[in-house]
Amino acid sequence: MKLVRPDDRGRFGDYGGRFAPETLMPALDELERAFEKAWSDPAFVQRYHDLLTSYVGRPTPQHVAGRLSEQLGLTVILKREDLAHTGAHKINNAMGQGLLVGEMGKRRLIAETGAGQHGVATATAAAYFGLECAIYMGEKDIERQRLNVYRMRLLGAEVIPVTSGAGTLKDATNEAMREWVRSVEYTHYTIGSVVGPHPFPWIVREFQKVIGEESIVQLGGTLPDVVVACVGGGSNAAGMFYPYLDLDVELVGVEAGGLGIETGKHGASIGAGSPGVLHGSRTYMLQDADGQVIEAHSVSAGLDYPGVGPEHSYFADQGMARYESVTDAEALDAVDLLARTEGIIPAIESAHAIAWVARERASLAGKTVLVNLSGRGDKDVEQIAQIRGLL
Amino acid sequence: MSADRLRELFATVRDEGRTAFLPFMTAGLPDPQLSPSVFGAIEGADAFEVGIPYSDPLMDGPTIQAAGQMALKAGTTLDRGLGIAGGVAETTGKPVIIMTYANVIFQVGPERFAGKAADVGASAVIVADLPIDEAGPIQAAVEAVGLGMVLFVAPTTDERRVAQIVAANPVFVYGVAELGVTGERKESGGHAARLSERVRALSDVPLVMGVGISTPEQASDMRPLADGVIVGSALVRAVLDAPDTDTALRDLALISRRIADALR
Ligand SMILES: Cc1ncc(COP(=O)(O)O)c(C=O)c1O
Repeated sequence: MKLVRPDDRGRFGDYGGRFAPETLMPALDELERAFEKAWSDPAFVQRYHDLLTSYVGRPTPQHVAGRLSEQLGLTVILKREDLAHTGAHKINNAMGQGLLVGEMGKRRLIAETGAGQHGVATATAAAYFGLECAIYMGEKDIERQRLNVYRMRLLGAEVIPVTSGAGTLKDATNEAMREWVRSVEYTHYTIGSVVGPHPFPWIVREFQKVIGEESIVQLGGTLPDVVVACVGGGSNAAGMFYPYLDLDVELVGVEAGGLGIETGKHGASIGAGSPGVLHGSRTYMLQDADGQVIEAHSVSAGLDYPGVGPEHSYFADQGMARYESVTDAEALDAVDLLARTEGIIPAIESAHAIAWVARERASLAGKTVLVNLSGRGDKDVEQIAQIRGLL
Repeated sequence: MSADRLRELFATVRDEGRTAFLPFMTAGLPDPQLSPSVFGAIEGADAFEVGIPYSDPLMDGPTIQAAGQMALKAGTTLDRGLGIAGGVAETTGKPVIIMTYANVIFQVGPERFAGKAADVGASAVIVADLPIDEAGPIQAAVEAVGLGMVLFVAPTTDERRVAQIVAANPVFVYGVAELGVTGERKESGGHAARLSERVRALSDVPLVMGVGISTPEQASDMRPLADGVIVGSALVRAVLDAPDTDTALRDLALISRRIADALR
């Protein structure tokens, strides 16, 4: 059953909730109340949608990828979140939360980022709304996403390198949470995916569901057979899936298979994890027998995360969506495939969704498959060139 | 050993008009073999808080986070951590409080965790990322085996929540003395006095202050405000910073002795 909102404890079935230090609980309550009020206020919703139209560039296009379709023997429709301002779906949520912060009277935004897209989106929202901004980013991700680090700094944000753990998204999230515990009186934590303690998974999904809503309108009465999106924390997938949940389509989330599930080096939290508590909510996660978090691995910084949004855990258990994974190598091949057939260089994250379609082309033959192209690959060009030996 | 040990401690401390010293130390730091000596070096403790390390400690600053990582790397598991806690309880005869994070408990299951904690002779459990809203299953399991549950109150906690928290019958309330995560502070944000007043106004449940208390002066400032004081990062740092074990043990003894004296 589709849950319009989580229950009073912030649960989607068995998942979600609020496992956070007591210091943050009043801020989470305040955020929930502020969002509830704003989201039921037609004037706020209108302002949000106006901002998406005038500033973000929505609706993003949706079109049939002709040469790719021909090559794969099925119809591929692309939802072009890569064409949103700043180059990924993350901007929908960042602008939504930025607008919400105005209602709450805080003066500073902090955020975690992996691929840097959410950091860029948050820095953009901060500049737009005139707020201070600090972005936490793992040092490994700073290395592989240098372009986005420069972008954030140009936008006036402070980028704070995180050296703990593997220096990736999980560690950046820990550090941003800890910083929020320190500065909660004047800071809003702009979480970047459908993860974290309640109400974040709900808020982020609400701000991202515009993707699926637009997509349905753009299809003009027809329906695809399958809708596919990559899953890091799961925000682009949640935004795309949510409006389709009531409809007769198959939903497939593609997690990072990394070097292969069997190697243990991957980011497939649903595919190869188990329920636990990570970053404030109960959800599928990668952990050892003692409940210690296992570091994820993915070539894509945006999918390199050992957890997933609690609503996806619920979808998975209920059979409302299916979760698959593709490897680093398959995703990199899919970058080439989309670049050469369609003239679109996708983010390596988004290429995971394309890679699954390419791998499954036999079973999908003749079907119509809608792929959420969550972001563009400009940020990844240097990394890909290095991997391919072109640099 | 049960929650009663802690209740007796706070009753005694109140009778004597003093404030209890509850040092925190990460189990397995710098490695599990050395833990007995590390805990043994701490002087003047009224009860011990033994931290079972977690890979992603949201409530901890850099010092305790680094200690947890080192302890995990050195092979500290839940069972070894609990074994260390049991050793502390046995050799010192003082109450032991287990501090950890929700996921460590959920992974074994609240009942099995509570059973293991009771078996090693612990008195209470603190879970850093477990607000009262989610505490139900763990608190029930912990209390079912006769241990006490500790619940947090922070400077940001509103009156409705403070009332709810003291009404849930914690063995003591952990008053978060500073906004932010664990770690040493040069200056106090001045939240503790107000926090103490607010808790005391509603209940006479024992109140223990922690977070940001690391010098004898800071500890002494808490005397009129609290039944006990938790000091963690300053002790943990003494172990992390020491060039060798002997120095670590000597520094630990010195720092803990000074803080204990400041509370007498
Ligand atoms: C382009 C792109 N797609 C997907 C993701 C993964 O996030 P989510 O699963 O929340 O959409 C990211 C994260 O940085 C991203 O930049």
